Amino acid sequence: MYFPTSHPWIPDESLGQYFESRGVSRRDFLTFCAQMTAALGLSELMTPTVAAALTAVKRPTVVWLSLQECTGCVESVLRTAEPTIGDLLLDVVSLDYQHNIMAAAGHQAEAALQNSMAKNKGEYLLVVTGSVPLNDGGIYTTIGGRTAETILKEAARDAKAVIAIGACAHWGNIQAARPNPTGAVGVSEIVKDKPVVNIAGCPPIGDVVTATIVHYLTFGRVPELDYDGRPLFAYGARIHDQCPKRANFDAGQFVEEFDDEAARKGWCLYHVGCKGPATFSPCPIFLWNTRTSWPIGAGHPCLGCTERNFWDTMTPFYGRLPDVAGFGVERYADTIGAALAVGAAAGVAAHAIATGVHQMRQRRKALPVLESPPKKETGGGDGHD
Amino acid sequence: MATTKIVVDPLTRIEGHLRIEAQAENGRITNAWATSTQFRGIEIIMQGRDPRDAWAFTQRICGVCTVVHAVASCRAVEDALDIRIPPNANLIRNLIHGMQFVQDHVIHFYHLHALDWVDVVSALSADPAATSRLAQSLSPWPNNSATYFAEVKNRLKTFVGTGQLGIFTNGYWGHPAYKLPPAANLMAVAHYLEALDWQRDVIRLHTIFGGKNPHPNFLVGGMASAINLEDTATINAERLTDIYDIIRRAQRFVEQVYWPDLLAIAGFYKEWAGIGGGTGNYLACGEFPDGDVRDTDSLYLPRGIILAKDLRKVYPYDHQLVKEYINSSWYEYAQGDDAGLHPWEGETKAKYEGPPTPWTYLQGSKKYTWMKAPRYEGKPMEVGPLARALVAFAAGHEDMRVIVKEVLDRLEVGPSALFSTLGRVAARGAETVLLARRLSHWYDALVARIKGGDVRTHNGEKWKPESWPAKAQGYGYLDAPRGALGHWVQIEDGKISRYQCVVPSTWNCSPRDGQGQPGPYEAALMDHHPLVNPEQPLEILRTIHSFDPCMACGVHVLDATGRQITAVKVQ
Repeated sequence: MYFPTSHPWIPDESLGQYFESRGVSRRDFLTFCAQMTAALGLSELMTPTVAAALTAVKRPTVVWLSLQECTGCVESVLRTAEPTIGDLLLDVVSLDYQHNIMAAAGHQAEAALQNSMAKNKGEYLLVVTGSVPLNDGGIYTTIGGRTAETILKEAARDAKAVIAIGACAHWGNIQAARPNPTGAVGVSEIVKDKPVVNIAGCPPIGDVVTATIVHYLTFGRVPELDYDGRPLFAYGARIHDQCPKRANFDAGQFVEEFDDEAARKGWCLYHVGCKGPATFSPCPIFLWNTRTSWPIGAGHPCLGCTERNFWDTMTPFYGRLPDVAGFGVERYADTIGAALAVGAAAGVAAHAIATGVHQMRQRRKALPVLESPPKKETGGGDGHD
Repeated sequence: MATTKIVVDPLTRIEGHLRIEAQAENGRITNAWATSTQFRGIEIIMQGRDPRDAWAFTQRICGVCTVVHAVASCRAVEDALDIRIPPNANLIRNLIHGMQFVQDHVIHFYHLHALDWVDVVSALSADPAATSRLAQSLSPWPNNSATYFAEVKNRLKTFVGTGQLGIFTNGYWGHPAYKLPPAANLMAVAHYLEALDWQRDVIRLHTIFGGKNPHPNFLVGGMASAINLEDTATINAERLTDIYDIIRRAQRFVEQVYWPDLLAIAGFYKEWAGIGGGTGNYLACGEFPDGDVRDTDSLYLPRGIILAKDLRKVYPYDHQLVKEYINSSWYEYAQGDDAGLHPWEGETKAKYEGPPTPWTYLQGSKKYTWMKAPRYEGKPMEVGPLARALVAFAAGHEDMRVIVKEVLDRLEVGPSALFSTLGRVAARGAETVLLARRLSHWYDALVARIKGGDVRTHNGEKWKPESWPAKAQGYGYLDAPRGALGHWVQIEDGKISRYQCVVPSTWNCSPRDGQGQPGPYEAALMDHHPLVNPEQPLEILRTIHSFDPCMACGVHVLDATGRQITAVKVQ
C-alpha cells in the first residue's frame, strides 16, 4: 500500500538510490533484505540476490480493487510490522486506486483507475480484496453501477499479475459458506489466464502481503505456490508442526475447559477445538501485529481460517478434531477430514481438508489445478471436491 | 434554475460500498438518496450453527469494527443462556472495545475524514517555522520543531514533484471550501503520517488479549486469555506492563495530537456547525458496563433517546420498540411492503428491483438500496458519537459535560451547534478523549483484582449444550464506535434458529420509509447543505464522512425465513 510516509520514489530512480536519498544505510538495507530472505524461506546465501534485485527495481503501479468484503484485509495490511523499512517497502509501489484511503471519490476516483490502467497497461500489479458474487447477474456488489465481476475482469485483463488478499478473494469466504446466498466466488474463479496468488486467511497477516510483493519485485515473478495458490514461504508449514505448545500435545498436556489450571499453564488447546493440526498458516512463524502474539498464544484455539471452506469444515470451532495422534500425524490426515464431515454442523465440504493435508506431501512437485468453491450447494450435499 | 443531478459512487474513504445520489439547485442540495450497493447474507449462513461460534461469524460482518459484532454476539448468547461472565472478562472486553474506539476514531479523523478539510497541496506553501509556532501553541507534543515540519514538507514536495500522486490523484485540491492556512495543512499532513505508525502500535492491546487484529478472538462466557503471573504463556506481568505502556501512548497521542488538531481545524470551519444536522432524533443504547452487562446503570456512556433536538429530556430506550421497514429496500415481506417488523419476528427475502447493470441513476426508483430502514416508534434515529454525547450531556454525565463545554467555549458556539456535521466531528473527538482516559480505569481495576487473587476469565458452567434449555432467546446490545448495535439470537436444540442484527450504519444510512421520512444521511444532506461545484462533491463527502459510514455492517439478513432466500437462489 502506498502512503507518502517517506521521500517518494522518483520515476527512473532505482530503489538503491531511493534508499540512499532516504538516509537508509547500506547496512540497514542489507539487514532488511536478510530478514525478508528468511521470511521468504530462502537460503541466506540468497540475501545478496534479494538486495541486488531490490536495489535495481523500478517503482511499479498497484491497482487495488475492494469487492464483496469487510475491509479487514485492508486493515491488516495497515498493521504491517517492519517499523521503518516496512513503510519504505509499502512506499515502493505507486498505489493509484484504493477505495479506503484515496482522496478522490465518484467519477474522479474512477478516472484515476482508468488512467492508471491505460498508462501502465500490461505492467501493473492488481491487488484484490473481497469476493465476486455471481448470482442474479451480480447485483449483490456494484461500484459506480457496475458489477464486481465486470470490474474485476476489466482490471485483470491488462494486469501483469494478480494478488488475491484474504479468504474472500481466495475462495469467497464467509459469504460463500453454506448456503452461499449470493453465489460468491474467489478471484481465481474469474481470472484464469494469469497467475493469481492467494494470500490466505481471514484476514491474512499483513507482513505476508509485504513479503509477497518483495518476492515479486526481487525475482520478477510470483512466489511458488501450493495446490491452492498460496505462497509456500508462508503457507508451507502446518500450525501443529510449528506450535510452541506441541510439546504439551506430545506429552498429553491438554486444556480441557477454558480457564482451567491447564489453561493457566498455557497447555495445548487441541481438546477445546484447536484446528492447528489441519491448518497451514504462517501464524506461529510470522506472529501478529509487530510479532506481539497469535491466536493460540493468547489462549484461543485456531479457527483454521487459512483453509478453504473453513466455515463449514472447521465448525463447530470448539469441536475437537478427531484422532490426531501424537506422532506420525500425517498417517491420520484422511481420517481427520472424513471424521470432520460427521462432526460439522451440516452438509459440509470436508474433503478439502483431507485433500489438503494429503497433498501437502506432494505440494512441492507441481501446482495442481485450483479447486472450485461450492457455488450453489443444496442443504446436506457435499458440493465440493 | 435548473436542477443538477449528482452521483457519487464509489463514495471513498469509508468502509464498504456507498452510493450517494443528489439533486442541487443554486449551490444547495435539494434532495438526496443513500444506496448501499453490497449484500452478503451472513446471517442466513449462521442458521443451524453452534451459538458459541456466532461471535466469529458476526465478527466477519466488518473488519474495521472488528470487535463490536463479536462482543455483541457473545452478549446476545450469554443473555439467552443466562451466563454471567467473570468481572475480569468484562474488564478485558472493555479494554479491547475501548481501544477499538480510540484507534478507530483517530484513523477516521486522519485517514478517512481529514482530506475533506485539509488541502495537501496547500501544505506545500507552508512556512515550517510558522507551522512549528502553531503546533507549539496547541500542544507539548515533541514532534513540533521547525526542522521536523521542514522535513515533512520536503517529503511532500518531492512527492508531488514526481507527478505520481498515488492516493492523492484527482483530489479536490484548491477547492474554495478548503479554509485552513498552509501551516495548519502541513501540521495535519504530518500528523496523518504519524497516526499511521501510532495505530499499528496501540492496537497490539487486541493482540495480547485476543491473539490478533483485525478479528481478535472472543469466547462465550468470558475470555480465552488465561491470567497467571507465574507463567510465560499467559497474561502475566510482562504482558500487563506492555498493555500499560500501550495505554499511555494511546492517551498521549489523543490528548496531544488528535484533540488539539481537531479543535484547531474546527475553528476554521465554524459554519459547518450550522450544516448537515438532519434527523434530529438520537439514540444511544449505552456502553462500557462496570458491572454485569444487564445492569445498565453501571454503563459509563449512558443509554437514552433525544427527540427533535430537545436536550431537556432524555427518553428511555426499549429495544422492543425497534422495527425495520422495507418500503425503499430490495426485500419483500409476507405482509407486504408497509409492514414494520421487530427483529424477533423479522423476515427477509431479497428481491432486487433496481435497473439492470450497468446503471446510471437510481433516483426515481421506488426501491434503491440493500439497507433496510430501522425506525424507533416510527422515527428515524441518528446513532453514533453525537447521539452518545447528546444523551450523556443531557443526562448530566459529568465527564461529558466538561468536555462538551470545552468544545463549545473554544468554538464560541451554543449547544445547538452540536446538531451538525461539525458536531459529529467534535463529539467523536470528545468521546475519544474520555475513553482513552477510561482505559486506565479498567486497567487499574483489572490489576487490582489480580492483586486480590481473582484471576478468573471464563465462566464455563453453561459451556456444554446439555446445560442449555431446549429453546432460548437473547438480546445483546453494544454501543459501537459508529453507534447503537443490537444482536438478537434465538436458539433451539443447541443450534441457532434465528439471528438478526440492527447495526449503526443501518440506522444512519437507512432509506426513506413508508411515511417518506428520509434516513439520517439523506436528511443531513438536505439540511441547509451547500454544494458549490456539482462536479466536485467535497461538501457531500464532509457530511457523509462525519457519520463514519460502515456499509458492510449495515446490510445483513437472517431470520427463520432464511430458507426462502436460499430457495430464490437455487435455480
